[in-house]
Amino acid sequence: MSAISLQGLDISYGSAKVVEGVSFDVAEGESFALVGESGSGKSTVLKAIAGLAPGWTGEISVLGQPRGHRPGRGFARRCQMVFQDPYGSLHPRKTVDTVLSEPLQVHGLGSRDARVEEMLRAVGLDRRFRFRYPHQLSGGQRQRVAIARALMLEPKVMLLDEPTSALDVSVQAEILNLLKRLRAEQGLTYLMVTHNLPVVGFMCDRMAVMNRGRVVEIAPATALHDGSFADPYSRALYAASGGTAHD
Amino acid sequence: MSAPLLSVEDLRVSFPTPAGRVEVVRGLSFDLGRERLGIVGESGSGKSMTGRAILRLVRAPGQVTAKRMEFEGIEIQSLSERRMHDLRGARISMIMQDPKFSLNPVMTVGRQIAEALQAHERPGRRATRARVLEMLDAVRINEPERVAKMYPHEISGGMGQRVMIAMMLIPRPSLLIADEPTSALDVSVQAQVLDLIDELVRDHGMGLILISHDLNLVSRYCDRIMVMNAGRVVESCAAADLHRAQHPYTRGLLAAVPRMHETRGTLPVLDRSDWSGT
Ligand SMILES: Nc1ncnc2c1ncn2[C@@H]1O[C@H](COP(=O)(O)OP(=O)(O)OP(=O)(O)O)[C@@H](O)[C@H]1O
Ligand SMILES: Nc1ncnc2c1ncn2[C@@H]1O[C@H](COP(=O)(O)OP(=O)(O)OP(=O)(O)O)[C@@H](O)[C@H]1O
Ligand SMILES: [Mg+2]
Ligand SMILES: [Mg+2]
Repeated sequence: MSAISLQGLDISYGSAKVVEGVSFDVAEGESFALVGESGSGKSTVLKAIAGLAPGWTGEISVLGQPRGHRPGRGFARRCQMVFQDPYGSLHPRKTVDTVLSEPLQVHGLGSRDARVEEMLRAVGLDRRFRFRYPHQLSGGQRQRVAIARALMLEPKVMLLDEPTSALDVSVQAEILNLLKRLRAEQGLTYLMVTHNLPVVGFMCDRMAVMNRGRVVEIAPATALHDGSFADPYSRALYAASGGTAHD
Repeated sequence: MSAPLLSVEDLRVSFPTPAGRVEVVRGLSFDLGRERLGIVGESGSGKSMTGRAILRLVRAPGQVTAKRMEFEGIEIQSLSERRMHDLRGARISMIMQDPKFSLNPVMTVGRQIAEALQAHERPGRRATRARVLEMLDAVRINEPERVAKMYPHEISGGMGQRVMIAMMLIPRPSLLIADEPTSALDVSVQAQVLDLIDELVRDHGMGLILISHDLNLVSRYCDRIMVMNAGRVVESCAAADLHRAQHPYTRGLLAAVPRMHETRGTLPVLDRSDWSGT
């Protein structure tokens, strides 16, 4: 069974079709990257899977179950999304503590206090941050709260939209190590949008390259070692990222 | 040497916490000419607060003090709120770290860029429109006409960053503070946008403070670099010398960058035992 399966996915906002004919499967336990041009539809694909971009046709299934066009409570247990824009996704009047314990409460899960503390520690925030509001945090601290919130329910599948692009390299390293460890320990599946190809090399098994709403190529992450991309756009992206073929 | 564009001495920013007032910027001093200064440093080290303090955008209960904070020879701290507002619109611009949050959600992006231009000069309607589209094109937005009519929630993360950059560059400021301006952009678009900023530095003598966590980017696009940790500058060097940086903290940052030919199973992280902050 695939963790995520997309078949002939078209996504529109009103009358504007922004994603066309996207098909790929992500295996359980796999870490799969979505890279490509800004505005090419990467976030839109993640939002459609999460039920936040309702204008789609085609097939989406997650852990063997077909997805509807709306978010759902049961779905939230199995699949969580970390948004590209952490400020917009954190409620301005809720403390970090509320943001992290709420999902546990909604799903009737216990030992909230300990879990909140543990998760904060895992993303490198000590207890001083627990009762702060989003505006009292730096950009990278907010992003870590957003990641912690998504991990609270121990989902099997994570949709990660540029999870570390707002983070400095030292915190990025901690978060990437954490995600990698959780995947190894709990068999999590990641579908991760990033514009940073070295991050793909560190974190992912395969990647889909998107350009203007379409997937132009699906390649193994090892293509980053030797630049063996087939599509001209992928090759240009690789070269622009400082990749040099065959070295 | 002519007077610096910006001169900051002993800048401090503090916030009240349950444990008393805590400084998040602790005595920062630097001069900036018509040059490019990079600020790098760990999350929470005070980079954004430094930028906001220069623009007097630190909100209460945050408190800012400095022995001196002069822009083109004028003490910023003693300006009236009204003159500060004029300065912000036109002479000093800041590209905020959260572009979408900083954009007005109920106004089209084209209109917002037009207003930014009009804060400074009063071109006619057609000229304004032409300048706005030209600016969107300059930040590599495809189909500028279509995008100008969109609202912030209808554009992608990377488009939001470029709209913000367009808005901040269109009044041709003398000083640009860019806080992680291209973190959502892939390397090729990033380079094009930074080249545009670079052009303004070279051809119009704009001063630039580039805040970024991307060490390669900062060393490529800046002349000098300050490395911050816990509110202080721990190392200053010429950009070209960054890879030879001495401070263990800077060396730690350099080691934590993933590489294209990555083979390490885990990335080295910093020992944060003496980390502080609020
Ligand atoms: N709510 C919306 N209404 C209309 N168009 C939208 C909406 N949201 C996104 N779009 C458009 O859909 C296209 C794809 O956007 P998306 O956010 O998926 O891009 P992306 O690949 O994630 O880009 P980035 O790397 O810049 O974040 C863009 O052209 C954008 O303008
Ligand atoms: N209102 C507030 N009350 C208390 N502390 C605050 C407040 N606002 C910010 N801080 C703290 O000030 C410190 C410096 O924040 P700043 O935004 O300057 O960090 P930064 O270096 O830009 O980090 P990042 O790379 O994550 O954006 C952080 O530790 C943050 O938690
Ligand atoms: Mg996006
Ligand atoms: Mg910041």
